[in-house]
Amino acid sequence: MNKVADNTVQGEAFPTAATPTNLSRRRFLLASAGITAGAFVLGVGLPARTARAEALAKPAFRGTRVPAFLEIRPDNTIRLQSPFIEGGQGTFTAMAQVVGEELDADPATFIVENAPPGPTYSVMDSGMRVTGGSMSVRFGSVPMRRMGALARLMMLQAGSQDLGVPVSELTTQPGRVVHTASGRSLTYGQLAPQAMDLPVPDPASVKLKEPSQFRWIGKPLQRLDVYDKSTGKAVYTIDTRVDGMLHAAVQHAPRLGMTVGSIRNENQLKAMKGVHSVHRLPGAVAVVAERWWNAKRAAEAAQVDWQEPAADSTLRVMPADFSTKAFRERLASESGTGEDAETKGHVADALKNAHTVVSATYSSQYLNHAQLEPPSTLVRFNPDGTLDVWLPNQAPDMFLADIAKRTGLDPSKINIHSPLLGGFFGRHFIYPTASPYPEALQLAKETGRPIKLIWSREEEFLRDTLRPMAAVHFQGGLDANGTPVALEAVSVTEGPTENINNKRGEKLDDSALEGLTGKSYAIPDRRIAQLYVKTPVTCGYWRSVGNSMNDFLYETFLDELADKGRQDPYDLRMRLLQGNQRLTNLLHAVGELSGGWKRGPFTAADGTRRARGVAMASPFGSQTAVIAEVSIRDGKVQVHDVWEAIDPGSIVNPAIVEAQVSGAVALGLSQVLFEEAVYENGVPAARNYDMYPILRPDHMARVHVRIVESGATMGGVGEPPLPAVPPAVANAVSHLTGQRIRSMPLSRYTFA
Amino acid sequence: MELQINGKTYEVQADADTPLLWVIRDELGLTGTKYGCGIAQCGACSVLVDGAVTRSCVTPVEGVVGKKITTIEAIETDDVGKRVVEAWVKHQVPQCGYCQSGQIMAATSLLRQTLHPTDEEISAAMVNLCRCGTYNAISAAVHDLAGGRPGQIAATGVSGQASARESGKTVATATIALVGIAALGTIGAKATGNGRDES
Repeated sequence: MNKVADNTVQGEAFPTAATPTNLSRRRFLLASAGITAGAFVLGVGLPARTARAEALAKPAFRGTRVPAFLEIRPDNTIRLQSPFIEGGQGTFTAMAQVVGEELDADPATFIVENAPPGPTYSVMDSGMRVTGGSMSVRFGSVPMRRMGALARLMMLQAGSQDLGVPVSELTTQPGRVVHTASGRSLTYGQLAPQAMDLPVPDPASVKLKEPSQFRWIGKPLQRLDVYDKSTGKAVYTIDTRVDGMLHAAVQHAPRLGMTVGSIRNENQLKAMKGVHSVHRLPGAVAVVAERWWNAKRAAEAAQVDWQEPAADSTLRVMPADFSTKAFRERLASESGTGEDAETKGHVADALKNAHTVVSATYSSQYLNHAQLEPPSTLVRFNPDGTLDVWLPNQAPDMFLADIAKRTGLDPSKINIHSPLLGGFFGRHFIYPTASPYPEALQLAKETGRPIKLIWSREEEFLRDTLRPMAAVHFQGGLDANGTPVALEAVSVTEGPTENINNKRGEKLDDSALEGLTGKSYAIPDRRIAQLYVKTPVTCGYWRSVGNSMNDFLYETFLDELADKGRQDPYDLRMRLLQGNQRLTNLLHAVGELSGGWKRGPFTAADGTRRARGVAMASPFGSQTAVIAEVSIRDGKVQVHDVWEAIDPGSIVNPAIVEAQVSGAVALGLSQVLFEEAVYENGVPAARNYDMYPILRPDHMARVHVRIVESGATMGGVGEPPLPAVPPAVANAVSHLTGQRIRSMPLSRYTFA
Repeated sequence: MELQINGKTYEVQADADTPLLWVIRDELGLTGTKYGCGIAQCGACSVLVDGAVTRSCVTPVEGVVGKKITTIEAIETDDVGKRVVEAWVKHQVPQCGYCQSGQIMAATSLLRQTLHPTDEEISAAMVNLCRCGTYNAISAAVHDLAGGRPGQIAATGVSGQASARESGKTVATATIALVGIAALGTIGAKATGNGRDES
C-alpha cells in the first residue's frame, strides 16, 4: 500500500514586525510549501530588523516595509506577500508585474501569496485592506510599485557595499545589480541577505518609472497560477487539513432566525458510522465526524424541531410567508418620492413641461453568488493559546477583528490564513450568518479538536447572501423632437451595505443606487432617489454590486425613451454624450469593433432573424460600452456575439483584462438570461445548480474585446465589464421581439 | 476495498456506498478533485474511470473497485492529459481554477476517445460549469487540441489506451459515465446546433 501524500497545511505566516520569527520553523514552512529541500532560508524579515521596521509604523507612505513583502532567494526567485487575494481575477500576477517593474525583476520569477493581516499590508490610501470594489490594481499598484522601487534601491545600496563603488555607478538588469564600468555584477539573490537588512530608504528618494520605460506593465504576461490550477495543485480552503482534524457538516434552520428546539433522533445520529459528536449551534445542528461524508449524512438525517425566532432576535428574521414574487410586487407598488441621491435642475417642472412623458416600473431580481467552491473553514486552537483559522476571505484584517471579538483572544494570538478563492464575486466579505467560521470556531472549542467545517452546496444556497432586488419607478420627459429632457428614477430597494450593517447610514447607501447615479448623459433635469423598503432577505455584494442591476434598469429605460421618441438608441447615446470625448470615443470604439452599428432586425447567414442592442456603464472608475447580438430560437433568447469596449484609463495586463471581460460577459449573460433566487414560504426554491441555472457552455456568446487606454485615472477591471451586458442583451431582445423588457431574467418571458 | 488510483493500489476503509469523491479527497488526501455540487450538476469532481470521465460525487466507491481511476494529480502521466494541460497553459484558461480539474478530465476523456473530435462532439463533452466564465478559453484550448484551429498543438502521441476513433464519424454520446447510479449519463448531442456560428 502506498502512503498517501499528506496535504497538511502549515502557517504560511511571513515574518513581519509584529511576528517574531523562528528561523527553523520558517525553514520547515518553506519546505512544506513545496520549496525544494536545501533551499536556504535567507535572513530576511528577522527580528533584528524589527526595531527599524517599527520606526516605520506610521510611514509617510503606506506599504514601505520592504522585508515584510519580499523574500529574495539565492536562486533569484522572489516570494511576494500580496495585500490582495487571488480568486481568479489575476491580481497575484498583476502584483508581480508592478513590483517586478520597479524592482527590475522578471515577474515570472515571482511566487505570490496572500499576506497575513496587519497594517503593514494595508497599502491603499484608504487604509483599508479589501480585495473588492475592483480596487486591487487600481489603488494597490502605485504603493506596490513604490515598494518595488525601494527594494531595488536597497539592492543597489547592498551592491555598493559589496562592490565598493558608489550607488551612482551602479545600475540594474533584471534580477541583478551591475557595475558596468568593471563588468562586475551580483544577483539579487546574492545581495538579499545584506539588502534586506538595510534600513528602508525614504520613500521620497525613489522615483517611479514613466510608462514609456515600462518593460512588463502593459504586457500580456502569462498568469503565474495557471499551471498549478491546471494540474490540481492549487490549494483552496476546502483542501486544507491539519493533523488531528475532524470534519463537520451542518443542517441549518430552514429560515434565518429560527433556533434549535429538540433533535428527535439525536441518539441515532450519534450512533451513525464515524460520528464523533452532535452539536447545537445558533440556528443549526452540526455533526462532527472522522470523515466529511459521514458528517454530512448524519447532519442531513437530523430530525430537528425548529423553534420560531424569538421576538427579540437581532437577526434579520425570515418570515414564514415570505415570497420573492409577492415582494417584487410590493416594491413595484410602493409609492413615494424617496430621498434624493443625485439631482440636477428641476425634474418636476421639466416633466410637467415635456412634450411626452414616459412612465414605467422596472425591476431586478435576487441573485446567488453560486461560486464553485462551497464555503468552508478550518479552525485549530493551539496548546500555546494561539488560534489558526483558514477561511475564504476578501479582507483578512476584518475577519481577524471579528474572530478576536468572538473568541476573546488578542488579535496577536490569531493567525488568519487566506488560501486561494474558488471564485468569490463578492461572496467572502463579513457576512456573519452566511459564513461557516463562527460555527467552526464553536465546534473546535466544544470538541477540543481542529475542525474543518464544509457547507454542502445545499446549505450554501440556503444561507448565501443575495444581490438585492429593486423596483425602479422611472419617468422620462421628451421634447418635441423626441430627445430626453428630464429623467426621474425612484428606486424602491434596500442597498447591500445598509442590509449587511442592518441599519441605515447617515447618508444614502451608494451601493443601492450606483448605476442609476453617476450616468453621464446630458439630460438637463434629472433626479435619482431611493425609497427605502427593508427586505427580510440577507443581502451581500455581488460582482459589480449596485451597477449589476442599476445599469440594466437605467439603460433599458433609456432605450424605451429612445423608441418612444423615435430615436436610434446608439445615435441618441452619442448625442447625449456630445462633448464627452472619453465616452464618445468609447461608443465609437464598440461600434467599430462590431463592424459598425446596425440595430437590425436583419437576417443572418444562417437564416435567423437577429437584432443588436447597445448599453453603457461607468462602474468602479472605468467606462464600458457593449453591443450584443441576439436571436430567438424555440422561444428562448440566444446571444451570439458580445462586443465590449472598456476604458479603465490605463492597465497592467491586457490578457488578464480580456479574460476578465470575457468572464464578466458570462456572468452578465447568466444574470440576464437565467438567474433568479426565488423564495416561497420563507425558503429558497433552489438549493443547488439543478434549480438555480447558471450559464452553461452552450449558452456562451463569442466575446470581442477592445481595451481603450484613455490615460484617465486608473479604474477597476474585475467588475466593470459586467453591468452593460444585461441591458445590451435586453435592448436587443426588446427591439427584435417588440416586447419591452423591464425585468430579468429573460427566461421568465415567453417569446413567439 | 482496494482501489487502483493513478497507478497505485490503495486499501480504503470507507463504506461501500461512499461517493468516490470523498474517498479520494478525505481518505486519500488527493484534493485536486473538487466538490462543487454533490449531485452531478457541475462536473468539478470529474475523474477518469477506465478512461471515461466520471462524476465522482455520485459514484459509490464499490462501483469502481477493480477499475483504473485517474485523478488530476496524475494527469500529466497520461500522454493526452499532458497535452491538455499544455493547451490549458497556452490558452491561459483558468481564472479561479476551481472547476478546471474537472474540465481537464472531461477534455482528456474526449480526446482519448476521439483524436479529432468534431465541434458537436466537443460541445457534447465539455459541459462542466464554470462560474468565472472561462468557456471560450476552454473551447479554444479544446479546438486547438482537436486540430481544428490555427496554432494547434499537434494531436499526436495519443497513448495506446485511447480508442482512437477517426474524427467526424462518430456521434457524440455517453461522454459522462455515472457509474453505479441510475442516471446513466448520455449527454448526447443536446448542445449541438444552437443556431450560432462556430467561432
